[in-house]
Amino acid sequence: MTPRFTAQGVTLGLATLVPVAFLAVFFVLPVSGMLGRGFFPDGSLDLSGVPDVLGRTRTLRVLWFTLWSSAAGTALTLALGLPVAFVLYRLRFPGRGLLRALVVMPFVLPTVVVGVMFRSLLSRGGPLGVLGWDGTWVPILLAFVFFNLAVVVRTVGGMWEGLDRRAEESAAALGATPWQVWRSVTLPALTPAVVSAGTLVFLFCSTAFGVVLTLGGLRYGTVETEIYLLTTQFLDLQGAAVLSVLQLAAVVVMLALAARTRRSRERGLARVGATAAARRPRRDDIPALVATALAVAFVLLPVGSLVVRSLRRAGGWTLANYRMLADPGSTPVLRVSVVQAVENSLRTAVDATVLAMVLGLVVALVVSRRPGQRLWAGVVSALDGAFMLPLGISAVTVGFGFLITLDRPPLDLRTSPVLVPVAQAMVALPLVVRTLAPVLRSVDPRQREAAAALGAGPWRAAWTTEAPVLARPLLAATGFAFAVSLGEFGATSFLARPDRPTVPVVIYQLISRPGAENLGMALAASVVLALLTVTVMGVVERLRVGSVGTF
Amino acid sequence: MLELEGVTVRFGGTTAVEDVSLRVGAGSVLAVLGPSGCGKSTLLRAVAGLERLDAGTVRWEGRDLAGVPTHERGFALMFQDGQLFAHASVAQNIDYPLRLRRAGRAERTRRVEELLELVGLPGYGDRRPATLSGGEQQRVALARSLAADPVLLLLDEPLSALDRSLRDRLAGDLREILVATGTTALLVTHDHDEAFTVADRMAVMLAGSVAQEGPSSEVWRAPATRDVAEFVGFETFLSGAPLLAFRRAAGASGDPPTGTLALRRAALRVDASGQLRGIVRRAVTVSDAVQLQVDVEGVGAMAATTQDAGIRRGDHVALRADLSLSAYVFSGNHQNNG
Amino acid sequence: MTRTTRTRAGALAACLAVALPLTSCTLMGGDEEEPSPATAPAPAGSGDEDAATGTSDVGETTQAAPPGDTTTVTLVTHDSFALPDDLVAQFEASTGYDLQIQLSGDAGELTNQLVLTAGSPIGDVAFGIDNTFSGRAIDNGVLAPYTPKNLPESAADHALEGGDAAYLTPVDYGDVCVNVDNVWFANNGLTPPATLNDLLKPEYKDLFVTPGATTSSPGMAFLLATIGAFGPGQWQPYWEDLMANGAKVTSGWTDAYTVDFTAGGGGGDRPIVLSYSSSPPFTIPEGGWQPTTSALLDTCFRQTEYAGVLEGTDNPEGAQAVIDWLVSPEVQAVIPDNMYMYPVDDQVPLPQLWAQFAPLSEEPIVVPARQIEAERETWLQEWADIATG
Repeated sequence: MTPRFTAQGVTLGLATLVPVAFLAVFFVLPVSGMLGRGFFPDGSLDLSGVPDVLGRTRTLRVLWFTLWSSAAGTALTLALGLPVAFVLYRLRFPGRGLLRALVVMPFVLPTVVVGVMFRSLLSRGGPLGVLGWDGTWVPILLAFVFFNLAVVVRTVGGMWEGLDRRAEESAAALGATPWQVWRSVTLPALTPAVVSAGTLVFLFCSTAFGVVLTLGGLRYGTVETEIYLLTTQFLDLQGAAVLSVLQLAAVVVMLALAARTRRSRERGLARVGATAAARRPRRDDIPALVATALAVAFVLLPVGSLVVRSLRRAGGWTLANYRMLADPGSTPVLRVSVVQAVENSLRTAVDATVLAMVLGLVVALVVSRRPGQRLWAGVVSALDGAFMLPLGISAVTVGFGFLITLDRPPLDLRTSPVLVPVAQAMVALPLVVRTLAPVLRSVDPRQREAAAALGAGPWRAAWTTEAPVLARPLLAATGFAFAVSLGEFGATSFLARPDRPTVPVVIYQLISRPGAENLGMALAASVVLALLTVTVMGVVERLRVGSVGTF
Repeated sequence: MLELEGVTVRFGGTTAVEDVSLRVGAGSVLAVLGPSGCGKSTLLRAVAGLERLDAGTVRWEGRDLAGVPTHERGFALMFQDGQLFAHASVAQNIDYPLRLRRAGRAERTRRVEELLELVGLPGYGDRRPATLSGGEQQRVALARSLAADPVLLLLDEPLSALDRSLRDRLAGDLREILVATGTTALLVTHDHDEAFTVADRMAVMLAGSVAQEGPSSEVWRAPATRDVAEFVGFETFLSGAPLLAFRRAAGASGDPPTGTLALRRAALRVDASGQLRGIVRRAVTVSDAVQLQVDVEGVGAMAATTQDAGIRRGDHVALRADLSLSAYVFSGNHQNNG
Repeated sequence: MTRTTRTRAGALAACLAVALPLTSCTLMGGDEEEPSPATAPAPAGSGDEDAATGTSDVGETTQAAPPGDTTTVTLVTHDSFALPDDLVAQFEASTGYDLQIQLSGDAGELTNQLVLTAGSPIGDVAFGIDNTFSGRAIDNGVLAPYTPKNLPESAADHALEGGDAAYLTPVDYGDVCVNVDNVWFANNGLTPPATLNDLLKPEYKDLFVTPGATTSSPGMAFLLATIGAFGPGQWQPYWEDLMANGAKVTSGWTDAYTVDFTAGGGGGDRPIVLSYSSSPPFTIPEGGWQPTTSALLDTCFRQTEYAGVLEGTDNPEGAQAVIDWLVSPEVQAVIPDNMYMYPVDDQVPLPQLWAQFAPLSEEPIVVPARQIEAERETWLQEWADIATG
């Protein structure tokens, strides 16, 4: 009889233990610690506060707003992101690489800076003040789109890029209109990636924090901001725990639904090279091109106003804000110069990226396997969802959880600098998995079997059949993870040591103080951060062209 | 020699392969013939080590292969759709198993050329699989499988994705190549012509079990059950009075053996000197003959054939019966066959 | 063709996965001699670990500081903390301690972190607990009593009431006040407001912006100012009128000041903002000599920031040394420029600009710390209902 487990299965299973342990220590443990404090305040179960929390009209309002704003944000982001993904990954035109890097830029801008920029544009005195959107929920939705556009474009674009065009062509030859082709051929093929991206965006929206506070004033609370208030202001741990459990339940339900949709649609897809699949723009691409132009303008507007303001001081144009970035003594607010902070950011980002890529690749490999036994298929599916959970759980809960659980050897890590890349990797990990897994799953398993039947061992077979399609998404994921890590603020601000601040932390410190110089430096530093991201992503794009462009 | 003994594969509650025992001798080609869904592909995958056995053993040269992973079995499996590596050229695809065995560069180049020659695609080395036709892709897949120097070649419906004329031609080529290279092969197909052309022996598989196994000519000539007979191309089944009428017309004497008489279409030909009379109910022209459905006096509805393209529906024809294209089979229950 | 490209892709992956960390281009790689965090502040219950590593036993009575354990002292503080490196170096040189600084959010987050980790403290000494959170910290047993011997006389004015003073040492203070853009008012021919009640006048409709009390510590201070000024039962109607007069509530100080305030650099449209009494000097235009804004000194709530030894620390001496250092003239002198607060030591000279343009309120509005602790939640809930709908 053939063994129940193949050697590769066992190795992969063992390898999975590493990311699982990572998740257990840096997520499950802290979160259960906080929930424990909430529900077992004196060592025994106490649920007396639960009806009270659930009965507050405020709680219901917050839940409702979280739900609909996240859903609307996700829908809007997908609606704008899909045409952009099409243009940037299916069409060939000069400047495409730059645009691809550009749309990722918002993803790394510190929320507080974006919040300030959005408000500057939309406030009564701002250039778009006539719209009267300041203080309404509209800017919140816009910000959701602004931040998450990159997620949709990257995730869906990565899938779309190498897709064989012939299925679409044959449908068109059968008389289908472009819209029918899209509905009946393209969209079904992309569904797994779209669901993946939608899930991610929803999670990001529902746990958005800084941007909701800044743009919504205090009128639009979400579950996330509510948990923050209950935990940090009222120390109402039970209330926070109740909301955390609700958050957790909602996230689990959503992930399960998404996984079902994805699974039923996932299948092997014919792939050809990106060069073969990409074509020059045509007349009927105009709607997509317009949408892309719109998206680019939308991204550039806040960024542009950021650049303009970073170059101004006291009513005149100046580079003073940038010159001061290199000087550690330029402002007493900071202990290091912004240049040093950039160095810290880059170093941390390298660590976080390596961590996220290694763990993410293992997880993606495991969750893309289709074990025969139902039990193991279930385990794999659960694993897939588990690594998404950190995105759906309040950073405050995890952060405070770190403090109360990681306080004993060998996990006495509360004040360790290791936690910074770890926390960043936790945010990047789901993105890595979501970029790689759909691509891996789209490889026909019989390809591996064919290789095995020719004498290739399991690893060699996987390498032969999966590495070629993985090369591109791997680079995309690396760039993405790097960008996430560069821009991560929530956890980093909580954990970074003051003598090793990252750029977002420095920006936050600068912008929290009065003075034109501090504000100017904060804006200049944000521009630097954005440029850094565009450069990194641009380099990654270059590498991709150079390394796999001849396929 | 490949020996299967009591091989059983289940998926959840359904049994795909049940208690199958087969042997493939060195240098011979066995075709497992069966309708789609009969479990033959699963059987093949089980031999390749891609499916877990729920019972039974697979042995090669007497050695139990349980626990031997696919890549260490020394077999090669060729899929219905080739499963060429789209990212590699034709030559690189064929080179793949050679590279896996760390063959020398010169030898690899030589062998790739040789195999391309063998499958009739010289000079195709630099092409991409996507630029090849279906038949060409299958030839490359075959060359790639042969490059592995497999002790046993497993062929999963290798030709069924192709159009008919190509399939007939390739089946002949395949047979020649297998004979020329002395390859032991296990072929799975639903097409009996393909099986007859390529294989020495065949096993007819129905609903997860082997209904009959033997030399191709024997299965061809003497199907053991009605199900098998139907599957290998017998179209008319007679018993009782019609059977006797037909025997008489064919000039047979004595008592017929027990069982049902199974007839191929060619057992009844339009022939002016024939002893049977009938009315044509349907006439369909195929490439080299006209297939008829005839109401035969004293026998009933039968399939017949003719070379005369002028015959129309409603024509009265004389027919010649030919017992050499018939066999006696037992009732449809294939499980009680020997 | 494919093979070369595949090899290149492989090489690239290898670069990313292996080369980068190896080139010491990482946070961990290119590190100097840094004490590993595991040897830093060992929590109270971990004495066995130390014994196992061969250092002498850390008994409570052992006064000799064992190396590798009490040479490090960790200061947990809020994220506005900033002191020049040379002062830190000076402290380390003169005491022999290695000072680690751990930033933990704003005053509220800091206090709550300390409360949550009571018994297994994340550091040895805390700075930044203010008079709105002092009660919570003391009640939860976070602090050990300590009063520095070198405490400046003037610090007594800022001490907490009663027994609480033993736990927390005042280090600096500041006034949270309503600020006005004088240039805007001059240009618009309006007299700027002067008192809290003025903010309700129709001529100031839609001109005031303040950060919210639930999300911002100056916002909370302003709420306390109104509670202190109007008293229980009276502050709620005041806020209702304030909101009716078009007051805008933002989530944080940053966007109130830099987006909505007319003189905050962002070109906002509200000339009245809640900020600090120390804010005006930052609005001196380039080439000018006088700020364009001023603080309304009758609207101020006084925030005092305290330092205290954390209960359960294994390095109480180090913790005490840090507090002594924080109230020393050297540190007190640099507090205004680095942390935008006033030193409790009135003997150290203030920066010239501060002396000139950042006067403190003569009579700041006071709410007893104990009352704040007792009623915070009720007040915030009531406030949220009025101000954020």
